[in-house]
Amino acid sequence: MATVRLSFSPAPVHVRTARLVGVAVARRAGVREDLLDEVRLAIGEACTRAVALHRQYGVPDPVLVEMSDSGAYAVRVIDRAPIEAGIGLAALDADQLANESLTDEALTTGVGFALLAGFVEDLQVRPVEDGVGTEVRMVWPVGR
Amino acid sequence: MELSLATRTVGEHTVLEVGGEVDVYTAPRLRERLLELIDGGARHVVVDLGRVDFLDSTGLGVLVGALKRLRSAGGSFALVCDKEPLLKIFRITALDQVFPLHPTVDAAIGADPAGADA
Repeated sequence: MATVRLSFSPAPVHVRTARLVGVAVARRAGVREDLLDEVRLAIGEACTRAVALHRQYGVPDPVLVEMSDSGAYAVRVIDRAPIEAGIGLAALDADQLANESLTDEALTTGVGFALLAGFVEDLQVRPVEDGVGTEVRMVWPVGR
Repeated sequence: MELSLATRTVGEHTVLEVGGEVDVYTAPRLRERLLELIDGGARHVVVDLGRVDFLDSTGLGVLVGALKRLRSAGGSFALVCDKEPLLKIFRITALDQVFPLHPTVDAAIGADPAGADA
């Protein structure tokens, strides 16, 4: 069960709010202090990705962030964009990153995924159970 | 903290000092400023990330865009960063192999061939 649930219209300005809330709840849940920067970055990346997909597909629905602290700190970021858009994520290597023909969007998406995969040990990206969209689920340990 | 941008010139180099949070909301302003500098004739640009306390994929995308633009114009682009959390972001994304990264502005300018002539 989610202890804190945040839903925001898909605008870049709200991503910072989601990061701040996500870190505040993580701290309260007992996530180690030295992991909080990574929590902040990962929640930001997941929300940025969701906002970008909503804007790309013209989806006005809100992005949903659910935070729960039963046993571990679990964050779910849920978008409502077509599923085929969201699952095909891949990190890029240095040659691909420096390639002139790579679009800014593809670069940012690839870098965003590399950050998620690099900072979150327990990461899942999967279709939502009901309706259209994907869910990015991230889990961090709590306690000492 | 809000994004802050300040520009100064050191010899042939234009140094852009960035502070605060560079994210999906503020990155467009960083992109605009870099484009202004490059369109205004800056060819050797050093971006000092010393006072940045948050940097995400959109910010990194803007920096890569500036690097490519300057390289294709025969210029140079370097970053100044000595904070471990930010350096980790560059390592994880493999962008540490794409950007020249230096601990200080002096080191960045000294490492650039254009700096030797300045």
